[in-house]
Amino acid sequence: MTAEAKMARNKKRILYTAIAVLMVIVPLVFQASTGLGFLVRILVIVGIWVLLALGLNIVVGYAGLLDLGYIAFYAMGAYAGVLIGQSFSSVLGGATYWVMLIPAAIAGAVTGLALGFPVLRLRGDYLAIVTLGFGEIVRICLNNNIFGLTNGANGLPQGSDQLVPPFGAIWLQDNVRFETPLGQFVFSQNLFWYFIVVGLCIGAIIVITRLDDSRLGRAWVAMRENEVAAAACGVNIMTQKLWAFSLGALSGGVAGVTFAYVQQFISPESFTFMESVFVVCIIVLGGMGSIRGVIVGALLIRGVPDLIQGLAVAGVLKLPGEAISMITGYRFLVFGLLMVVMMAVRPQGIIPSSRRARELHPEDDSILADEDQSLWDLEHREQSSAHNP
Amino acid sequence: MSLSYLLEQTLNGITLGGLYALVALGYTLVYGILLMINFAHSELFMLGGYVGLGVLKVLSDPAVAKATGWGFLEPIQSFFMSGNFGFVMLLVATFGISAIVVGILGMFIERFAYRPLRHAPRLAPLISAIGVSIFLQNAVLLWIDSKQLPYTRVDGSAFVTAKTAFTIGSVNVSTMQVFIVVTSLVLLALLDTFVSKTRIGRAMRATSQDREAAGLMGVDINRVIALAFFIGPALGAIAGVFNGMYYGSVKFNMGFIPGIKSFTAAVIGGIGNLRGAMLGGFLLGIVESLASGFLSNAYRDVVAFVVLILVLIFRPGGLLGEAVAEKV
Repeated sequence: MTAEAKMARNKKRILYTAIAVLMVIVPLVFQASTGLGFLVRILVIVGIWVLLALGLNIVVGYAGLLDLGYIAFYAMGAYAGVLIGQSFSSVLGGATYWVMLIPAAIAGAVTGLALGFPVLRLRGDYLAIVTLGFGEIVRICLNNNIFGLTNGANGLPQGSDQLVPPFGAIWLQDNVRFETPLGQFVFSQNLFWYFIVVGLCIGAIIVITRLDDSRLGRAWVAMRENEVAAAACGVNIMTQKLWAFSLGALSGGVAGVTFAYVQQFISPESFTFMESVFVVCIIVLGGMGSIRGVIVGALLIRGVPDLIQGLAVAGVLKLPGEAISMITGYRFLVFGLLMVVMMAVRPQGIIPSSRRARELHPEDDSILADEDQSLWDLEHREQSSAHNP
Repeated sequence: MSLSYLLEQTLNGITLGGLYALVALGYTLVYGILLMINFAHSELFMLGGYVGLGVLKVLSDPAVAKATGWGFLEPIQSFFMSGNFGFVMLLVATFGISAIVVGILGMFIERFAYRPLRHAPRLAPLISAIGVSIFLQNAVLLWIDSKQLPYTRVDGSAFVTAKTAFTIGSVNVSTMQVFIVVTSLVLLALLDTFVSKTRIGRAMRATSQDREAAGLMGVDINRVIALAFFIGPALGAIAGVFNGMYYGSVKFNMGFIPGIKSFTAAVIGGIGNLRGAMLGGFLLGIVESLASGFLSNAYRDVVAFVVLILVLIFRPGGLLGEAVAEKV
């Protein structure tokens, strides 16, 4: 290993350590500071969105299938987790959330398979529209209280029912509290959720990285770049697509149930088409197929506006009231514009996937020009050598 | 569940179908040439409704003339509000201005959001189109109104009052319904003739068959595409004005669902096929109307989405479309 490579590796290590330390310290500081505790909750939600985006990234980024109804899997996970969890919470108690991860993941994956099986034969943009339609069907069904289960627009849990927080959350909240120079520190449920969500994200990142390097990941890349060529090389397109779809959906289901237990409430309003677009936007902005990109995208799109707003409301940042309402109001307008601009200027995203950057893009004009130039050079060298033997 | 109820629902369905068909023509025209789903088309339909409302207010609402203090509006308004000729001219002006404004906006969107991506991977223009759609919706939400706007004058009177045109049995058919269906049929006929008979229409067909070859034969591709992006949104805008008059209001998010349904209509008929889009529009309108009348009104949107999924799975080429083999 050369000295340069070593230095680059060391730099990377320092960077990752710094990020890890920040990830632990920032919520603790928020929690300890008087009046800033609610920011931890925002971090939890951002974490859930990172998880969602990582899941959709399998489908859009790796397999190249645009899914505009991804939020449906999130909804399936959330509703499955709450409905099943409520019936068994008396038995399971504090383990409810942990056990419910399983049915939620299954609900997501099974829905993914059920949708994927008939529609995956469709070409890119048709697929996008059908998944959009599917997402809307799920939302409308939830909203209309289908089978009398979902309580319609009023959401779940009904009435005074409550979802049981996971083991330890209450104990920590009651027993870990002490004074700090910033204010009183309480190990709140939000903080507890924060570490759970971070754990889930790290787990997802490990699984996805390994997947990307596996046979399945390579098949996805081949399929994404050229389906016909991949099929000709022996990639079973249908199976690989279904894997991508159901794994992405599974991740969505896990994110969904986590969201439900964090919020303690779900209603169809949280699962609209705009939310699906939000996730797609995160991936497009961050960089399709790039894990780091997706995380940065989620932080920028979901985290930064909320945090700025939160800090401003808490009075830490001095912003005029109009600026705060501007952030909320103009958010989507800016996202729309951002999607257009990103596609034109930097379609690979903020942090492009390293594998994608290495791919050939023969449709790229500059490559064509280079080829022409080298051909021309070649011909002229031959000619000149013919003239001067 | 009487026969007249069935007839009434069918009539509603045909009217709705006329609206879907007009919007579907825009989807199919653009898809036929560029092979892209113009996701922002539904927002252009919505904007058509808004522009139409603005024109109607300026040209025939005395309260607006008073509020703006523009004295010159009064004689104009008295012309448009007097007699049948004035009324017809008012409609012509409303539909015409709305179609032209939105058509130009469509060309503008093509120029800045889609043209730079013409050689990009196929998902890029679709994502860009979604971006345009979100942008337009929120622009209306922020800069015009977030609430539903009534399609009436300030004093609450409708611009166009629907009368009964004729009755079939015990079912009344309103002038508005006749107007919508006839206009959409006439516009289809015009467009169909335009594409099949004129020189520029031939250029459009050539471009949709093979863009490069058409370019080599001297067709100005950019002009043809720009034209498609004018005609489609212009028709969408006309549907938007009809939609406002028929349902009596406009809202910033009103385009989304009709947009998806019209796309469904275009797919049912065979995307890229003009007559197919028309057929698909009427079929979808009738199916949806009957389903909402006899099955469940709450699930009426689901019906359209289910139809879309079924058509794409079992007959992706549509009713009048040809099966196209994937090019390698």
